[in-house]
Amino acid sequence: MEYLPNIFFALALALGFGFFAMNIRKLSRNIKLGKDVNRKDRKPERLKNMMMIALGQSKMIKRPFSGFLHIIVYVGFIIINIEVLEIIIDGLFGTHRVFQGVLGNGFYAFLIGFFEILAALVFVAVVIFWLRRNVSNIKRFLSKEMKGWPKSDGNNILYFEMVLMSLFLVMNATDTVFQQAGIGNPISQFIEPLFDSFSPESIHMIERSAWWIHILGILVFLNYLYYSKHLHILLAFPNTYFANLNPKGQFNNLESVTTEVKLMMDPDADPYAMPAEGAEEVVPEKFGASDVADLHWVQLLNAYTCTECGRCTSACPANLTGKELSPRKIMMDTRDRLEEVGRNIDANKGVFVDDGKQLLNDYISPEELWACTSCNACVEECPVNIDPLSIILDMRRYLVMEESAAPQELNMMMTNIENNGAPWQYNQQDRLNWKDEE
Amino acid sequence: MIVPTMAEMMAQGKQPEVLFWVGAAGSYDDRAKKISRAFVKILHQANVDFAVLGTEESSTGDAAKRAGNEFLFQMQAMMNIEVLNGYEVKKIVTCDPHSFNTLKNEYPELGGKYEVFHHTQFIQNLISEGRLKIDDTTLKGKRVTFHDPCYLGRANDVYESPRELIKRLGVNLTEMKRNKSTALCCGAGGAQMFKDAEKGDKEVNVLRTEDALETKPQIIATGCPYCNTMMTDGIKFKEKEAEVEVKDIAELIAEANNL
Ligand code: SF4
Ligand code: SF4
Repeated sequence: MEYLPNIFFALALALGFGFFAMNIRKLSRNIKLGKDVNRKDRKPERLKNMMMIALGQSKMIKRPFSGFLHIIVYVGFIIINIEVLEIIIDGLFGTHRVFQGVLGNGFYAFLIGFFEILAALVFVAVVIFWLRRNVSNIKRFLSKEMKGWPKSDGNNILYFEMVLMSLFLVMNATDTVFQQAGIGNPISQFIEPLFDSFSPESIHMIERSAWWIHILGILVFLNYLYYSKHLHILLAFPNTYFANLNPKGQFNNLESVTTEVKLMMDPDADPYAMPAEGAEEVVPEKFGASDVADLHWVQLLNAYTCTECGRCTSACPANLTGKELSPRKIMMDTRDRLEEVGRNIDANKGVFVDDGKQLLNDYISPEELWACTSCNACVEECPVNIDPLSIILDMRRYLVMEESAAPQELNMMMTNIENNGAPWQYNQQDRLNWKDEE
Repeated sequence: MIVPTMAEMMAQGKQPEVLFWVGAAGSYDDRAKKISRAFVKILHQANVDFAVLGTEESSTGDAAKRAGNEFLFQMQAMMNIEVLNGYEVKKIVTCDPHSFNTLKNEYPELGGKYEVFHHTQFIQNLISEGRLKIDDTTLKGKRVTFHDPCYLGRANDVYESPRELIKRLGVNLTEMKRNKSTALCCGAGGAQMFKDAEKGDKEVNVLRTEDALETKPQIIATGCPYCNTMMTDGIKFKEKEAEVEVKDIAELIAEANNL
């Protein structure tokens, strides 16, 4: 009987991590639905990006106030995990504050004291975040795409954090032995008096409950991540590592197009040539993207990493002037569609069955796509190096090359380039006239 | 105005130091043609041995690519590369950040590898090599604000050369609230120049002009023919033509040096 809590703890742990692992496998399968793109080069630069941007939060602090609060929560999250490690060991082996003996009183006091202060700071930061989201009128939290789940998701996490931090402090405050030792309780000592009138038994009950709910809460939190924009706390790392390193203005040259253009321009090529005997029948590739599987895996990873912070949208010239386009929505739509495709695959024993839907039109409208000026403000702003522009461009490519569905004026511009070598209708022979005009 | 072409140079068995890529706007747009001429005056003053492609130049394909027409882009690119490589061009300078970006970043993979400069970078080099001086008295004390072109700034991280040149004019450079990497687009990029904007509650160029007007400028300096058009339209929309001029940095330098 006395091992019951330990067994229960081990079970909860296994269940929590097991379920999470299962979801992570699904996540990685979904990301691999994307096309291949080579992001294995330039390792030192990639590592540096990850260290600076994900670990060092260098892009977060461009907005100093929210950046600073975010760093508190982030540091709190990472460091308090050491405390979670202690809880796990205690839970599995029935010990109590096992690190106290291992690390010695002095260092342990320092550590736990530090955690308590962090927990209090995180609590305050989270309350401010909540107020910003729900009380102050910050435009990027009020956009259309932030209604419903995205809004409650943002708040849920904040409630989670508030409860977890409170539980941690209550757990310390009701640990009578810990309080009496007077080590490492700079915050919880002020909470302790609240329980003065309680019997020692109920105080112990509260301590145990806080301990249990804290760790179970963490397991639930872990599993909540998969369904939430808070996946970014994990994916920010690979996402910054695999981010595009080329100049932002450099758009990729579609290889499939290069091959065809070369053929067209090569006077020796025989367009009617039969494929060589035994050569594989090549399925002509689709140009551009109309659904998630046409995007490459980094774009899909981007979609899962998006924190829905809206920094991109708040810098987007199209959005600022009231157009439909919101780069944040592009990312959220991509993720929603990818999740839908993933569920479809799960439901159909591992194969995707056409559901008559796609990312284009069902999620993202051509009107949104055509409003983009390709200015890269969204890419510049994103604190985790997401590239919404690349998705917009790939979808435009589909509209133009597969569907010939560009706005009429753009068709005219393109015809002009084809015929006159300039987007306007001028004669190429007049190209140098400017030198003699004054 | 003397503007030699590559064909003429070749006939004389000469290879110029640099090719001036004029671009479609610089060749045909009345406003942008003035920028091309101002830049040529500067090249002459610094005794730069240059040439243009003239009628052999064609659209880089930038607008087609950004509109999504990769086919048309690559056909343009391959044609241009054939011409450029035929003349054994090594160094290119252009006043158009879109051509700059495309030639510099997108052509190499298709076989066109050149050293490409934006005219502000090129002029800055001329100054540091002692080949050109800017007279800092003509425009002295004018209030100038600079609008960063997306395809020069964010797209290629060139923020300083235009500013260095403006400072050399002896003017008073003031920054807009959104500047450098956070600059707002003028609204022309991504092929928007060639179509009406989607419906919204404002035009992008008007919003950007408001950014500029907040600095109470006498001159809005630009480094891109499309930005120039957009800002000029914005100023007209705000009925400020009497107080504010929109000028390319090349034009300002030509003016300062009385060219
Ligand atoms: S690149 Fe397009 S989506 Fe991104 S900020 Fe500029 S206009 Fe908006
Ligand atoms: S794409 Fe980046 S900037 Fe935009 S909402 Fe997502 S995380 Fe924020």
